Amino acid sequence: MVAAGAIGDAVYEAVIRAATTLRPDALEAMHAALERERSPRGRVVLGQLLENARIAADDHVPLCQDTGSVWVLLEVGEDECVCGDVPAAIDGAVASAYADARLRTSIARDALLDRGNTGDNTPAFIDVGFRPGTGVTVNVMLKGGGSDNASAVRMLSPAEGEEGVIRFVTETVAHTATSACPPVLVGVGVGATFDKVAILAKKALLREIGSEHPEPHLAGLEQRLLAEVNALGVGPGGLGGTVTALAAHVLTAPCHIASLPVAVNVGCSAVRTARVEVSSIA
Amino acid sequence: MHEATPGPAPIEVSLPATREALAGLRAGDAVLLSGPVYTARDATHERLVTEVRLAGELPFGLAGQTLFYAGPTPPAAGRPAGSVGPTTSRRMDPATPSLLKAGIVATIGKGARSEEVRRACAEYGAVYFVTVGGAAALLATHVTAAEPVAYPELGTEALVRLELERFPAFVAIDARGENLYLAAALEWRGAAGTGGGDL
Repeated sequence: MVAAGAIGDAVYEAVIRAATTLRPDALEAMHAALERERSPRGRVVLGQLLENARIAADDHVPLCQDTGSVWVLLEVGEDECVCGDVPAAIDGAVASAYADARLRTSIARDALLDRGNTGDNTPAFIDVGFRPGTGVTVNVMLKGGGSDNASAVRMLSPAEGEEGVIRFVTETVAHTATSACPPVLVGVGVGATFDKVAILAKKALLREIGSEHPEPHLAGLEQRLLAEVNALGVGPGGLGGTVTALAAHVLTAPCHIASLPVAVNVGCSAVRTARVEVSSIA
Repeated sequence: MHEATPGPAPIEVSLPATREALAGLRAGDAVLLSGPVYTARDATHERLVTEVRLAGELPFGLAGQTLFYAGPTPPAAGRPAGSVGPTTSRRMDPATPSLLKAGIVATIGKGARSEEVRRACAEYGAVYFVTVGGAAALLATHVTAAEPVAYPELGTEALVRLELERFPAFVAIDARGENLYLAAALEWRGAAGTGGGDL
């Protein structure tokens, strides 16, 4: 059994860790980017981002002032029983974490009816999936507005194929990258349905940077996407250079025979995600 | 501050900047800004544009001053803001020409802007600075004071006067209307992959 409170505790820990600590894989990728960036201005920007990560970790302050909307992806063990009001536990944890860690609250009460701030960064946006085994994997992402605004979904025609996917991803990044805080992490979802493809793209940002896609064809597609995006020349901070993205991650899924849904979710230079495993209690 | 590579030394700019001082800056210059700036985001811009339309002039002594598109986090680590960095400037583009006309001389944000803003910079001799998105903990170490000025009900979108000390930025659009983003895109498009090891 996993109680809602245990999931709340995991969210609390994950929010604060993600807000103030750059992911180790992103830090390593940033160091590598500094080695290969050819633009002097781009290297200055990368140097500032590395210094920023050090200050945030040392002083326990947010990596970015936009501490985001909170996305929680629960991967529940198929043999697990989850008890209690999980959404309430998650929102309670988010409110506490934002107050305790002095994070900025950035959620409007309603997109059209009331743009007033909810004051505690709730509600969190929650998705639930299933995985084998027991326990619950709690994934948390703090999504900045600039990079989420740089994202897009398009329903391609199947005939447009992989080339269509590459064109759409590259155009999306080209159009918005200077505002998305590059070097970015490009999350790409392909397949499923109009609503689910965006979740695939967001979930792709959770994968470790530098890890190879287990499917060889998609590993090749990721390399091609990264090359196309870096050839845009947007560069660190959008001020020109050879490193526009640290990586491109692709997740695919089944889809309708008439459809080729594609989504791009852009992760910023301060990509903020954290994972906590909650164990089953007898 | 960590400088990855020795480049030309950044130019020290005192705020509020005179039009003469701004006229000497060129798109692409690295600068260190010292002096007061005023935070203003989406909701703040709506209010300022309305005030200018009704009163015919900028409120709160903003003529000659600099707007910083930012919503800081609360005070932390002994600093007036735990983290403070730029938000996307493009969202403010529709309001910017009228505010430049009314006397704002410089803006600070991130990202490329509309052709209307570029032309307004050239027409009014204003400068658009950019600073690095995602470097807000570093930038907060260059903010020495924060004092609320107006619209406290807007929370993180309130108009707040920040005192900057050698705050690192770049000139993105200069007072002649030259645009760093256009120049950088032309210079670097296709450059990755041509020197080997870029992937």
